[in-house]
Amino acid sequence: MSKERIQISEALYDIMPSDYQDLVKSATYGKDDRGWKDIGTSKELIEQHSLCAGCPESMAFRYILASLPNPEDTVMVGSTGCTSLVFPMVAVHNIHSLFGNQNAIASGLKRALSVRFPGRVKDVVVLAGDGATVDIGLDMTLQAWFRQEKFTTICFDNELYANTGGQESGLMQKGFVAKMAPVGKLFDKVRLPEIARESGCHYVVNCTVSKPSLVEKVIRNAVHIAREIGPTYLQLYTPCILEIGKNSMEGLQEMRDSEKPTERFAYKEYISDPAKQLLAELAAKDKERKAAAKQLAAQAQAN
Amino acid sequence: MAETKSLIGTQNKKGQTYTDTWKMMNEAPRTPSFFTGSEVIKEALRRASCDVMIAYPITPQSEAAALIGELFAEGYIGDYFRGESEFAVMSQCAGSAFGGARVFTTTAGPGTMRAMENFPMWAGARLPIQMIVTCRGINSPLSIQPDTLEIAYLLNTGMLVWHAETAQDFFDWILKGYMVSEEPEVHLPLALCCDGFFVTHTKDVVNLTPADMCLPPYDPYRSPVPCMDMECPPVRMMRDPFVMKSNYISYATHASWQQEIWAAVERSRKHSIHWLNGLIDTENTDADIVIVASGTAVSQGREAIRLLEDEGVRCGLVKVKTLRPWPEEEIREATKNAKHIFVPEFNVTGWLAKEIRATVPNPHRVHAGPHVCGGMTMPPEIIVSEIKTALGMKTFSLAGRGS
Repeated sequence: MSKERIQISEALYDIMPSDYQDLVKSATYGKDDRGWKDIGTSKELIEQHSLCAGCPESMAFRYILASLPNPEDTVMVGSTGCTSLVFPMVAVHNIHSLFGNQNAIASGLKRALSVRFPGRVKDVVVLAGDGATVDIGLDMTLQAWFRQEKFTTICFDNELYANTGGQESGLMQKGFVAKMAPVGKLFDKVRLPEIARESGCHYVVNCTVSKPSLVEKVIRNAVHIAREIGPTYLQLYTPCILEIGKNSMEGLQEMRDSEKPTERFAYKEYISDPAKQLLAELAAKDKERKAAAKQLAAQAQAN
Repeated sequence: MAETKSLIGTQNKKGQTYTDTWKMMNEAPRTPSFFTGSEVIKEALRRASCDVMIAYPITPQSEAAALIGELFAEGYIGDYFRGESEFAVMSQCAGSAFGGARVFTTTAGPGTMRAMENFPMWAGARLPIQMIVTCRGINSPLSIQPDTLEIAYLLNTGMLVWHAETAQDFFDWILKGYMVSEEPEVHLPLALCCDGFFVTHTKDVVNLTPADMCLPPYDPYRSPVPCMDMECPPVRMMRDPFVMKSNYISYATHASWQQEIWAAVERSRKHSIHWLNGLIDTENTDADIVIVASGTAVSQGREAIRLLEDEGVRCGLVKVKTLRPWPEEEIREATKNAKHIFVPEFNVTGWLAKEIRATVPNPHRVHAGPHVCGGMTMPPEIIVSEIKTALGMKTFSLAGRGS
């Protein structure tokens, strides 16, 4: 979709919702340098949401939407859970079909878009919770990676089934007492980042969403690598403060505590060799582009 | 948005000419060919301008799914791959259809059941996917034999459900099926069923349309819901998501959407009549006895009628082509003279007889049977025997029936 396509017909301008008018006037579609710093100054692709006050998932949503390199041609796929309460307020096309089949939906979607738009970039990004990604949907998560499907999978890891009230999930810590784990979870947190690497993902990151710059970087890397090379996987800690007994203001600290070097969400990154090469090329191009822009700005000033 | 001008008369990359479907199906010359049902599915797909086909092995549809892979290798299909399970395949089909592709897949028996959660989702999302169901047993103990029990489960998914009798039906209905299911006022998935093995693995003479003609491509922008490709402006779908909220608006929204899906099934009626030349076919429905059947039970009924004629018993026949939309008025009209209505079926529960009993006045006229199940064949003599027994006529015992 080109940015021109979302221009509103003059005749209809008055009757369009103001929310939509704002989106057309000042959203960041088509902007090369979009990022989390646009939040609050440009029309955001997500503003209102119906998540709990202080929910880290809502922060993650904002950073991700602000960081997509190509939102005007990005389609997102969600799954059942708290994410499906937010997707209706996201201003990119998004699909919520069933619980756990998000990577299968994305496989079909990406292929259909490739058939229909050969030679054009259409990014697909999956965003689902740990229950959908690692439990009920694990088969489809892994098989999409085995097949080298060219899209990014993001797991909002809150270490339990949050939307249904805090039941045990595969990514829950061992020993955690939860509904359906009445004597504590009996096995270790599934090591999906390692499995993702072994399953063919070209870029894997495990981290929290406490730092917006970091989220922006990994989202951009993941989408660019998925577009050119193959599957990428991000596992982001978005604790469900409600279910782990924290207050609204404690989500950020919970993430900071969990990203210490010995903790579960210490920053972990894997990049395949072809992905490294691509990132280096992109960085070089970016440098050139910025230098050219700087030169143009200097010339303009001089004139 | 993509150009929407007609491509009819132009050629695709394989040199096939996009042809007006009505002309292709009704006026173009036909070539008799001796093919298995699976090969006929392949030949229909060759002419279907299909964007994506997703495959998974399960008997008896595996051969058709594999043959369509050959078409992909030849360049007739946009993309083709094997999914990891039927649930995944149907999800992948959904993803492709959400992205604006014309989608095809095949399934059978337990695979259809494994994928079942997807079918109401397809209908709810208004995805005009076409799925061939080559029926087989679904219950334990394991069976790969033809049995039509899974059709009963598909009837209330919101999909269109058609039941082909022959490979010729299959060839024609695959192509015509897209025309009905892609109508903007319909835009629903189609389960095109046949009795596995009887149709898929037997050879028959099938009259094929020219291989250098193909369907016009699917135009996803005629969909009544937005195509998920970011080619039309995105909107926030709802200011307040209705899912999972316990308030009256959520119920009302969902209820109205369900009603819209079933209204779309109803709106498919006129298009199905147009393309299939009616929802039912009839023969001699002025007779006192009428056999009503779908699928290959129709063929067996036809043979039974011939045998009964030899004994001086006159029988009519109703072939039910579409199960959804359900041809209620047509069946009432066709059976209005019948004193006895027999419904032979290849399943143990008699789902078709139940539908007919709920449709016709004086339902005591409906004899639910004979039933064969577990994949057994239905010799016409069994139908003859059932009819003669019900009429109080002397009938010879049939070996193996214990009668």
